[in-house]
Amino acid sequence: MKAFARLYQSLDQTTSTNAKVAAMQEYFADAAPEDAAWAVYFLSGRRIKRLIGAALLRTWLVEESELPAWLVEDTYASVGDLAETIALLLAPTHDTGDVSSLSDLIEDKLLPLRGAEPAQQRAVVTTWWRTQAYERCYLINKLMTGALRVGVSQILLARALAENADLPRAVILHRLMGEWQPNAAFYNALIAEDDGAASQSRPYPFCLAAPLADAAGINTDCLASIETTLGPVSHWQAEWKWDGIRAQLVRRGGETFLWSRGEELIGERFPEIVAAAEKLDDGTVLDGELLAWKLPYTDEGVLPFAELQRRIGRKTVGKKLLNDVPCLFLAYDLLENNGEDLREYPLHARRTRLQALIGHSQSDDTRHGLQLSRQLEASDWSTLAEHRSDSRARQVEGLMLKRVDSAYGTGRKRGLWWKWKIEPHTVDAVMIYAQAGHGRRSNLFTDYTFAIWDDDVLVSFAKAYSGLDNSEIKKLDKWIRGNTIERFGPVRSVKPEQVFELAFEGINASSRHKSGIAVRFPRISRWRHDLSAKDADTLASVKRLIANSNG
Amino acid sequence: MPRKDLKPIGDLIQATGRGLDCLAGGFTIDPWKPVELSLITHAHADHARPVATRYIASKASVPLLRHRLGQDICIQGVDWGETLLLGDTRVSFHPAGHVLGSAQIRVEREGEVWVFTGDYKPDSDPSCEAFELVPCDTFITEATFALPVYRWPDGGTVVAEIIDWWQQMKRSNRPAVLFAYSLGKAQRVLAELRAYTDELVYLHGAVAPMTQLYRDAGIDMVPTELIDPKAPRQDYAGKLVLAPPGASGSKWMQRFPKASTGFCSGWMRVRGNRRRDGYDRGFVLSDHADWQGLLNTIEATGATRVLTTHGQSATLVRYLREERGIDAAELRTQYTDKSAVTPPTYEQASR
Ligand SMILES: [Zn+2]
Ligand SMILES: [Zn+2]
Repeated sequence: MKAFARLYQSLDQTTSTNAKVAAMQEYFADAAPEDAAWAVYFLSGRRIKRLIGAALLRTWLVEESELPAWLVEDTYASVGDLAETIALLLAPTHDTGDVSSLSDLIEDKLLPLRGAEPAQQRAVVTTWWRTQAYERCYLINKLMTGALRVGVSQILLARALAENADLPRAVILHRLMGEWQPNAAFYNALIAEDDGAASQSRPYPFCLAAPLADAAGINTDCLASIETTLGPVSHWQAEWKWDGIRAQLVRRGGETFLWSRGEELIGERFPEIVAAAEKLDDGTVLDGELLAWKLPYTDEGVLPFAELQRRIGRKTVGKKLLNDVPCLFLAYDLLENNGEDLREYPLHARRTRLQALIGHSQSDDTRHGLQLSRQLEASDWSTLAEHRSDSRARQVEGLMLKRVDSAYGTGRKRGLWWKWKIEPHTVDAVMIYAQAGHGRRSNLFTDYTFAIWDDDVLVSFAKAYSGLDNSEIKKLDKWIRGNTIERFGPVRSVKPEQVFELAFEGINASSRHKSGIAVRFPRISRWRHDLSAKDADTLASVKRLIANSNG
Repeated sequence: MPRKDLKPIGDLIQATGRGLDCLAGGFTIDPWKPVELSLITHAHADHARPVATRYIASKASVPLLRHRLGQDICIQGVDWGETLLLGDTRVSFHPAGHVLGSAQIRVEREGEVWVFTGDYKPDSDPSCEAFELVPCDTFITEATFALPVYRWPDGGTVVAEIIDWWQQMKRSNRPAVLFAYSLGKAQRVLAELRAYTDELVYLHGAVAPMTQLYRDAGIDMVPTELIDPKAPRQDYAGKLVLAPPGASGSKWMQRFPKASTGFCSGWMRVRGNRRRDGYDRGFVLSDHADWQGLLNTIEATGATRVLTTHGQSATLVRYLREERGIDAAELRTQYTDKSAVTPPTYEQASR
């Protein structure tokens, strides 16, 4: 337990990913397998269910602290976290009680609390409070309330374990999938030598596109400049740049593995795609995009990213959600066919084989979870530019350009793949409401609502959370505190004085919004200190954007 | 000066629209609006504002006040415990243990004794005079950290943690940038470090002048060097840098790539405060009294009436009234009224 508390502390005390990996490596190098298994369990985001209700803990805290109940409540409200409030109020400066190992603590002491008599629970818990120093007292409380959260990603955990065990990261990630019991046998199997079982699931490193604006000597507004830099349009394969999740679909040994670009296995969340992939031959790897898409399938049925997000958020997907938000895998490259690695073949050759493989499915089966990414025909750059100007209406971010003679590169290799995105819309709007953020930002006002003029009335039109840097956020937070008009629970209305330029990707008419418009991905592009509220845009001018983007 | 025939009635010290007024003495303590004569507890910006014609302060405070309010201010420095006769009152200054020269101000009229603490800290601190307990009838106390979660660890332990962190950064070749208020906290750190090391510490431009004034006052600190913003960039890997919290996230920080950051403050006792600002490390080092420190001091003064300023005033008042049976009330002042979630930034206020 001491070692795990130290690990927790080290992870909590740095934002450097290298330092986090080093701390985990140090911990796992010395940990007994049965303790390491529990550590992996918590670090991979798993939790044990709440053992004791918060109300009971608060009652005991009042009794133990010998403070008036109102003062304990005030204190809790100020600290914002019960586990921490308890540790801050009660934990001794130094440990005085026994310190068991992580696995003993959980298996012999914590888990048996479930269903025990309250009096017995109270005796055990308050003894911890009195004897464990702050860090451990806090951790035990977090474990008891099922709320332990550690700031590491699955990838970082896998990186630490993989480097310690000298295994490929994908092997560890694969072994961490699904259901398992945190015990010594599990941990030993986790770091055992690679038996090849995992390698069959492994994806290829993704080839990434660079923004065309970054290309040397280019002016993306000037077609002649594009032609000079990229050459004739026939050298390029053009497709829509989708706003979904980049993924690889791996079919090997009779099994299907769906990998996100974050090297996470996400097949469980997309059963319709896994089902569609069953018809693929063994030894097939597709590169493509996960998208939410209206069924039956038509070329223009893509659903907004927000819809897709509803699917990503769930580990298991209910029937209703499956029905409301169908998803599919839009394939744009074939990396492996009949077990053969095709990455060194030129793109046009891979494309021909890709079309042969799945090109027919869309005409056959409009409910199919696997579709082909359409190639855009263009005999010159201006035709392609016309396609691009269609992006907003088609709910895509612009175009992808891939050199037809290129091999499939690893990482962000310059000059092979370009993304030619459209410029975002911008509107100058006035901040009218502010709300505290979540998690780490819960003490700062970071969520804002913006309004534009409808005649002489400000109507709220978009919310935005991001786009300001830390020092601007702090400055704005201070301003909000000093310029609050009214409070509605966590929300404050503020003096309509601060103007911000908002950028967003799409705009649509909406009957659900007071303003009659809905915008996609609004974000703050800059704080317009130079403008006052009366300079903000009007509803009429913003509505004109809808007409333009659809017409 | 008050007129002899017009005897002021009511409280000896009252919070008015301009500061803590003492009508009987013809002066105002720590005023925030223009007054003729002001008595200043200490040089922090929420207490020392350039609004008076004449100032009286502890001798040790004078150079700091001149630096902050202007070299040409009209100011009289008094010795600790020296009695001044002002109007109908006898006034003396007593160490508050908050920062160098910080004073509690004792005011006596016809045997009735009032004490205003300014900000204070009963804990030991090598960079300033030790807090002196002053018995009184009415005690006006600060309440910045008046919540029972604020319990300070021993200062030496905290400085050992800072040393440990600095050593870790040396091993991983990263700069260690420590944020601390430029008046008081930064110099306390430099003085506490003296017990462990003689190594050079680098200073932000806001910290350096204050540090020099502390040196002039004979405070023993580790050697320091000012980071000249115009000089070519150098490598600070493995070095300790002291900067005001306002520098966090600023352009100035770009000269310390891969820096690990820490913040020295009582607020760091609560994890959320540290996470909120994205500091890697929080060091619980405060120049105020903690919860127990406040209660112990209040009791030891023997005061039958307690008035509160700063921070968690309402909490302290309710606790004293309900749990201790003391006649307590809040005083409305303009001393930095920061809630527990908003660490005070004296630097910003003074700029
Ligand atoms: Zn102060
Ligand atoms: Zn103060």
